[in-house]
Amino acid sequence: MNLFKIAFKNIQFRPLNTSLSLILLSFGVGIISLLLLLEVQLREEFDRNIKDIDLVLGAKGSPLQLILANVYHIDAPTGNIKLKEAKRVMRHPYIKEAIPLAYGDNYDRFRIVGTEHNYPAHYGAEVKEGKLWSGKFEATIGADVAQKTGLKIGDEFYSAHGLSDSADIHDDKAFTVVGIFETSNSVIDQLILTEIASIWGVHEDHDGNHKEEKSLEEMEDEREITAVLLKKKNPLAIITLPSFIKETNMQIALPSVEINRLNENFGIGMSTLRWVAILIMIISFISVFISLYNSLKQRKYELALMRSMGGGKGRLFSMLLLEGLIMVILGIALGLILSRVALLLLSGALESQFHYDISNAGLLINELKLILITIFVGILASLLPAIQAVRIDISKTLSDA
Amino acid sequence: MSTSVTYSNLNFWVLLSMLVAKDLKFTYSNGPSFAFPDFTCEKEGQLLLLGESGKGKTTLLHLLAGMLKASSGSLELMGTDLRSLSAGDLDRFRGEHIGIIFQTAHFVESLNVEDNLIMPQYLCSKKIDRQKARTILIRLNLEHKLKELPKNLSVGEQQRVAIARALMNDPQVILADEPTSALDDKNAMEVIQLLEEQAKATGAALVIVTHDQRLKDHVQKHIQL
Repeated sequence: MNLFKIAFKNIQFRPLNTSLSLILLSFGVGIISLLLLLEVQLREEFDRNIKDIDLVLGAKGSPLQLILANVYHIDAPTGNIKLKEAKRVMRHPYIKEAIPLAYGDNYDRFRIVGTEHNYPAHYGAEVKEGKLWSGKFEATIGADVAQKTGLKIGDEFYSAHGLSDSADIHDDKAFTVVGIFETSNSVIDQLILTEIASIWGVHEDHDGNHKEEKSLEEMEDEREITAVLLKKKNPLAIITLPSFIKETNMQIALPSVEINRLNENFGIGMSTLRWVAILIMIISFISVFISLYNSLKQRKYELALMRSMGGGKGRLFSMLLLEGLIMVILGIALGLILSRVALLLLSGALESQFHYDISNAGLLINELKLILITIFVGILASLLPAIQAVRIDISKTLSDA
Repeated sequence: MSTSVTYSNLNFWVLLSMLVAKDLKFTYSNGPSFAFPDFTCEKEGQLLLLGESGKGKTTLLHLLAGMLKASSGSLELMGTDLRSLSAGDLDRFRGEHIGIIFQTAHFVESLNVEDNLIMPQYLCSKKIDRQKARTILIRLNLEHKLKELPKNLSVGEQQRVAIARALMNDPQVILADEPTSALDDKNAMEVIQLLEEQAKATGAALVIVTHDQRLKDHVQKHIQL
């Protein structure tokens, strides 16, 4: 026999009251915790992929779309740019490093990107098996691509035209898998990387004029690529480069600016949801309070009885407080489980749509704060019933019954 | 040293008495006021406090149990003046030395019979003795109800469990409030016999507050309120 057991039995004895409080509490905690998780994970995901990319050069259009398509690979590209013009920017003295990207096709909805070896190096993606691509139609694939498509080293595959449609397959030009990347938790995991010339190669057949392989430097200037990721050497690049490309069909976008804009727009929805969750929490606290207070009315005689059997005020006070606390802690636990399950389901949905992995679900600092605040308010909500219990007039209660 | 001097100064009659009430008066705020006759009760003795409704029977029982504080007069239980104890000490004193049986049996609804029986031990921070709960229930022929919830018991069984609970801390005094008033002759006799037996077995004085005149024949010593 201990206070915890009595308190627990008392809670159990009123299943309807208890369930209502628990449902409300766990939903309140669950929604807030899910929002916190999503926010942090999305931000981490975004930040990890921006990783030192200061500028993105691409075709004119929506700058946000340019960033989403070329940094995160979750939107269609804005169009192509002339390699000749792009090279002028890439060689600009204010630029430290430039990573060219050329898109076109997909395999099983995974994007095939023509680029150079500095692209995986930029994200610190190491080759787990095999090697980096070194010739035309050689591909090194991301860890998730390997896992989901089952492609192994030496396998051949055909690309499908466009980025999501797999109906139009280029079945004459087979890619060969020559390497598989280690998981790097970046976009590389979701991409199939190859030489830029391979991308041109696939589409050359449509034009019928096949050309010799050449390095990027030697390639004809009328060739087109999709975008260039740029790292600046000099902060002036941000000011100078836009005017430098004025006369072309190109634009330069800043990932950090675009993503902040995106977050602000997202933020409105997030904060609305957060207020809804806070409202649910407040209702749940009121419900815990009412549940304790109501049961107190029914249990007044019982409490007076315990006093008459020698139970001190402190003990009864602690018992009622403990009842509230047990409910709150159970509610928190259920809420945290709920948010993890929701996140798991959501990440499943997001991954197939965006090729993103957000299934990492540890306890966040903000969640610890949420837990502490919830416990604190929970104690407040059970304080009044507990005080009320202590102030019971034993004699009057026992003679009224 | 000083204790023994105090005791030697007390007269023999008081020393034998478990319970001594003198000039007890109680006034409810904005309510009726009661003056009670003097009475005593010996160790392991029996006392019937008889009175019609409105004579302050329950008030007197609550005074004896230390749940109300007398407005004036003195009330000693085992040599302790109840009026001198603080609220916390009073809770402890009541729990350790007084077993109370109320008019209607009430329990901690969420706990089974066994847990309800050890509740007095737990609340007085005594060692929990589940075997004792079992032993007392065997004495009352209720062993098979050990794990039942109180609400699943008949009214008669509930009352017997309430009696068992009053015995759990080996009280020096058992206070019973109208234990027989709602019962027919046969059941009333059974309950009073049970109370007497159990008080004797526990070595406790038995004080019954009632308007039930039938008990007069049973208990020799009675005080009319």
